[in-house]
Amino acid sequence: MEQRYEFNKSLDTLTQEIIIMGSLVEKNITRAIDALANQSLEIMKEVIETENTIDQMELDIEKNCISLLATQQPMAKDLRKIGAALKIITDLERMGDYAENIAKVTKRIGDEELIKPLIDIPHMAQLTQGMVHYALDAYVKENKEQAYQLGENDDKVDHLHNQVFRELLVLMMENPSTINQATQLLFVSRSLERIADHATNIGERVIFLVSGERVKIND
Amino acid sequence: MNNHANNNAYVLNIRNLNLWYGKDQALTDVSVDIEAQKVTAVIGPSGCGKSTFLKVLNRLIDLVPSARVNGEVLFYGEDILKNHVNLVNLRTSIGMVFQKPNPFPKSIYDNVAYGPKIHGIKSRSHLEEIVEESLKQAALWEEVKDRLNQSAMSLSGGQQQRLCIARALANNPEVLLMDEPTSALDPAATHRIEDLIRKLKEDYHIVIVTHNMQQAARLSDRTMFLLNGELVECGDTETIFTNPEDKRTEDYITGRFG
Repeated sequence: MEQRYEFNKSLDTLTQEIIIMGSLVEKNITRAIDALANQSLEIMKEVIETENTIDQMELDIEKNCISLLATQQPMAKDLRKIGAALKIITDLERMGDYAENIAKVTKRIGDEELIKPLIDIPHMAQLTQGMVHYALDAYVKENKEQAYQLGENDDKVDHLHNQVFRELLVLMMENPSTINQATQLLFVSRSLERIADHATNIGERVIFLVSGERVKIND
Repeated sequence: MNNHANNNAYVLNIRNLNLWYGKDQALTDVSVDIEAQKVTAVIGPSGCGKSTFLKVLNRLIDLVPSARVNGEVLFYGEDILKNHVNLVNLRTSIGMVFQKPNPFPKSIYDNVAYGPKIHGIKSRSHLEEIVEESLKQAALWEEVKDRLNQSAMSLSGGQQQRLCIARALANNPEVLLMDEPTSALDPAATHRIEDLIRKLKEDYHIVIVTHNMQQAARLSDRTMFLLNGELVECGDTETIFTNPEDKRTEDYITGRFG
């Protein structure tokens, strides 16, 4: 039998659980924007339900990590793996919060007609969801180069956020009655931009996991 | 406390150390520098040469008739493997604490005073001073000060081990070699010895052999990993335990072999 069979199995399970949690987050980012674009309270509710699952998963995975630290005395890469897992689930949980915030904007906008067709925001959402996917893929493959590439997409998202901000600012100046909705959309854009930052953080944890180096991808 | 007036960065420089027990080579071409005022941990699987390595450093290895050594072990620049070296002085400067506490079947006082007496200290007050000072350094004084004349055998395992450390300190050594000093002790006694080692490193240079990875990680500044008599890697403890360079080190400390 391979050495430390049980421990290896636990580490594999840990990775799998993170992937499941991550896929729920990805799904919720997409669904939150769906809720918003379709002004659907139904979809919003789904997002909130999934968010509860995500929160619970964070607690469960954290518990597993702590138990592995306490009982398995991990060293070197094993230690980095568990350390990285603890950080990654925090990032994922926070992304989940942002997705929920985005979904809840649906309710605040209600039946009001949208002040502009949503173009840049869904595009941003697609990019950020893609980043989360890419980050988790880099995590599974333990691919450092892939992790570094997240920086480029993060720049794109930042750029889009600035663009959305400027557009909404102009709208608000032209027509103050748009202020309520424009501010809500700004929150959405801001949330997406933050999700992209957290995806970049995951990339940094992947680099730490693979090489033990602590780097900032986007500085 | 200790007035070892030197600012050397290294206490021991080991160069191309080879050792054979009869025909079996136990150490192969080990070259490493032991840094001053640091705790250096020696780790590796059973039979990799850790204890042998330690025994070379104060020539306890001479007691093994079949052992043959070559290479250099420079103690502040002087090769201690040379024949003319005064072993009594060497072992005074480089003291040792063993895995199992091994106090003499004498009183607590006599255990600690033994070394200084042999070295010709006769003044009673001076001896008392050394005994008190050594026991204080070994964090045992408060527990035994009222029963110095009782047998050392009446102490608990953890106390006996601290007594052995006090006995080594009484000779005013520069280097302390510790061969798994806590492996026979319970967790509380282990942590007391570890705290003690942390304190002692301000005044002594310490080399410790341990099988306990967490202990090495908690306690040492530098870690050297021996495997089949070869030095695989030596570096800052933090690096060795979070991101070792050599795959074999990684496999050993993560418990994948050994």
